Amino acid sequence: MADATQTNAGASGRAPDDASGQAQDSGATGPVLAADGTPLKASLNRALRAQKLRALALIAPLLIFVLVTFIAPIVDMLFRSVENQIVSETLPRTVAELSDWEATSNTLPDDATFDALYYDLFLASEYKNHTRLGSRLNYEQTGMSSMFRRVGRDVGDFGDLYLDQFEDLDERWDEAEPWAALMAHPGYLEDAAEWRESRDADRIDPRDTPAPRFRLAPGIEDLLPKTAQAYTHYAAFMRTEEEETADEDEPWTLVSTMLYEDLMAASAADIAAYDGPMADALQTAHAAAPDFETMTRKAQFLEADDEWGNLDNWATIKVYSPSYTSGYFLTAVDMKLGADGIVSQPEDQQIYGLLFKRTLFMSMVITISCILLGYPVAWLLANLPMRSANLLMILVLLPFWTSLLVRTSAWKVMLQQQGVINDVLVWLGVVADESRLIMINNQFGTIVAMTHILLPFMILPLYSVMQTIQPSYLRAAKSLGATPFTAFWRVYFPQSVPGIGAGSILVFILAIGYYITPEIVGGTSGTFISNRIAYHISSSLNWGLAAALGTILLGAVLILYWAYDRIVGIDNVKLGG
Amino acid sequence: MPTVLPLKKQPFSFVGPVSAAAGAFAGLFVGTAQGSGLLGILLGGALMAGLAYGLMTLELPRRATRWGIAAVFALIGLMVGGVMGLIVGTAFGAFFGWFPLWLADGRYRAGLPPYLTAGEVLWHYAFRVICGMIFFFLIAPIVVVMPLSFNAENFFTFTPEMLRLDPAGYSMQHYEDFFQSGDWQAALRNSLTIAPVATLLAVSFGTLAAIGLSSEHVPFRQAIMAILISPMIVPLIISAAGMYFFYSRIGLQGTYLGVVLAHAALGIPFVIITVTATLVGFDRSLTRAAANMGANPVTTFFRVQMPLILPGVISGGLFAFITSFDEVVVVLFVGSASQKTLPWQMFIGLREQISPTILAVATILVCLSIALLTTLELLRRRSEKLRGMSPG
Repeated sequence: MADATQTNAGASGRAPDDASGQAQDSGATGPVLAADGTPLKASLNRALRAQKLRALALIAPLLIFVLVTFIAPIVDMLFRSVENQIVSETLPRTVAELSDWEATSNTLPDDATFDALYYDLFLASEYKNHTRLGSRLNYEQTGMSSMFRRVGRDVGDFGDLYLDQFEDLDERWDEAEPWAALMAHPGYLEDAAEWRESRDADRIDPRDTPAPRFRLAPGIEDLLPKTAQAYTHYAAFMRTEEEETADEDEPWTLVSTMLYEDLMAASAADIAAYDGPMADALQTAHAAAPDFETMTRKAQFLEADDEWGNLDNWATIKVYSPSYTSGYFLTAVDMKLGADGIVSQPEDQQIYGLLFKRTLFMSMVITISCILLGYPVAWLLANLPMRSANLLMILVLLPFWTSLLVRTSAWKVMLQQQGVINDVLVWLGVVADESRLIMINNQFGTIVAMTHILLPFMILPLYSVMQTIQPSYLRAAKSLGATPFTAFWRVYFPQSVPGIGAGSILVFILAIGYYITPEIVGGTSGTFISNRIAYHISSSLNWGLAAALGTILLGAVLILYWAYDRIVGIDNVKLGG
Repeated sequence: MPTVLPLKKQPFSFVGPVSAAAGAFAGLFVGTAQGSGLLGILLGGALMAGLAYGLMTLELPRRATRWGIAAVFALIGLMVGGVMGLIVGTAFGAFFGWFPLWLADGRYRAGLPPYLTAGEVLWHYAFRVICGMIFFFLIAPIVVVMPLSFNAENFFTFTPEMLRLDPAGYSMQHYEDFFQSGDWQAALRNSLTIAPVATLLAVSFGTLAAIGLSSEHVPFRQAIMAILISPMIVPLIISAAGMYFFYSRIGLQGTYLGVVLAHAALGIPFVIITVTATLVGFDRSLTRAAANMGANPVTTFFRVQMPLILPGVISGGLFAFITSFDEVVVVLFVGSASQKTLPWQMFIGLREQISPTILAVATILVCLSIALLTTLELLRRRSEKLRGMSPG
């Protein structure tokens, strides 16, 4: 049909050229003119363009609708199967430090990396992002989820070591307002006081009018760079997450830790030159800081969870730090992206290859059973008189139109151990009452139910092909001396092969993507890859892996679809005979 | 096919053994049900051979004899197996009153080419029996569900009372369940609010696009067609996964609008296919004639084109409706508990607490699909009549 339309389009598209060509051939002086005086060719072209535009304008709303509601989700899924920003977003400083580290060096990353990790994890645990990262990395290396969860609990206390010692020197180091006076711009403090007043008087809703944006005190960033950065993070957190201003609470212990580091790095002259708020406290602290009790960050992390000393975990973090990863796809084909390249999963964890193989195998069995059952029926329908064929067609179309869940529940009723088939078999004495057949929650159940569900999709294309085969060919073959079998096999069957091809591809495409029926009658041994995809979406929440498995399945279906288009043509899809 | 050769009478040496074999087969069932299969086979075979002999030698009035045999069998059935036995007995009686004479008269060759060998005739009937069994396979599960939905017990299988056709074995309790349970009613309401809106969206966009696609000059026709058909080709689980990810990004996941949009997208290919198929037979000179007579494009569309393609549009709409009404995978992911549809509720019922209410719902849905099938068939005939094709 498509070809015919195109040929038509081509023919009429050429028509203007032919017309003008003929006009010239016939010796007319100028180009043929339309009624309005423009050349006929131009006028026809304009009409053609208008027609094209009108057709596109009619198609456009639907095309946009499908692109937004359907194609965009599919593209999004493809994107998700490689997307991996979570590591670099949650641990940006650690990832930067790790770029110089090699897992093969057999040593733990240096102290700078642990310092970066402390900073990243402190922020992540305040924003409660660390558990998400932990579960993401846990897909690749078991145990990492608990490692992140445990350290997320403790990382807030790492800085108490320094905070306590600062507090011993001066009580004000544990109070909100002195800190704010030291770090914040006086203008910010005024704005903040005004905002708090309006909020407390219920004149504004903190959700609609957020606290004023934080500004650092002039010069403090040069004097205490790390502290300033940490305090800015703290102020931003207070503003967006707590809906409060920075001077309403004492800052994180992270800020105290950073203050210690800044003091150790700062020169006495710079500190002495500072004359803003808290100048006296700063000088005291600077003098005392070299004698502070201290502990390396590495030691603190190892104390929280010794898994942080495990090189494999660090290797996993490094391997999965890029924004895009092939890790999900590798998992989907039972491989793994390790520190030293791509390796196969251990034998006992290779489940996806098995599932893909099982899906293909069962779809094949279902397709073959559909051919075996559908062929005789299609033959009968094609060779009966029209009236009886139409009547029998109802028996094919009724299951086709019946809800999928109705048919699946019917099979559940038929196949279960106390079900109809077992009852009949017991009644006939074929099987004993105590040894009823197990026909459900296994591959047999899935194959039987899905053969039944997909059989109409085989019969209908077969029937439409067989209707076009002349019965006189068979009679001719027989009159030439062929046995009935030879006549069928050498004359009839080859002509029906296109129908078998169309039906098989259709059934196969439908079968490999089935979800509902295997879920209900498949048990554990009769499930398909689609059940695994659903499991990863709704239970294990490993969306990336679900997307990768889906992408592979989609690729397989598209290849089959392409073959279907080549054999049958997409425009020849018929519904309900 | 007219019979060329006169039918040939068959001797008892052929009719007797065949009748006996059929009788033995029937006897196997009766015998097993009564305790001894072997005895059933022997008795059935002997009885039928005797019956065949009697029917062939005694020239009895055929119609009366057949009724008589059916009545005798029915009586025996009633005494042995109650109401069910009566039905089975009548069926057996009617068959065995007819079968030996059908063989003896040679009527079994009527309508077949006269040159067929005996083996080919046997194959012809064996083939019919095989096809009959396949049709049985196709239809049995759907038919079995219906009586089971009237089960008085909470079982998924036939109780002895049901087999005896005892009225006490049947009840409407599962239907009452369906109409009184809040869960099921909410599910029904959801289905009935989602499907029509999704259908309306799919039909209105789809019909316009199909008209555009069927005009002669469409650039990138193949590519556009592939995109529009894709929701039908992509496995549902993949569509569902993609929509779940994407709709949760843009805040449509778990909303009524999200489910409606998803279902409309799934229904669109069906509308496109049916409407473009109808438009193939549409005579374009009609619109030109209308324009020639002064109708503007909108009037032309509603007064000339629409009435002619309406059957295609309606059947496309029915396809879209049933797609949305039956759909469970996508709504399972895109919807939330407050969009729980009828199929979703059935799915939960099948996976978790199995209740026979599902069978009542299934029966109602089967009736719905029979109504739908009838409508579609009528529409198809009407469409073909409108397009000037012969029906059938």
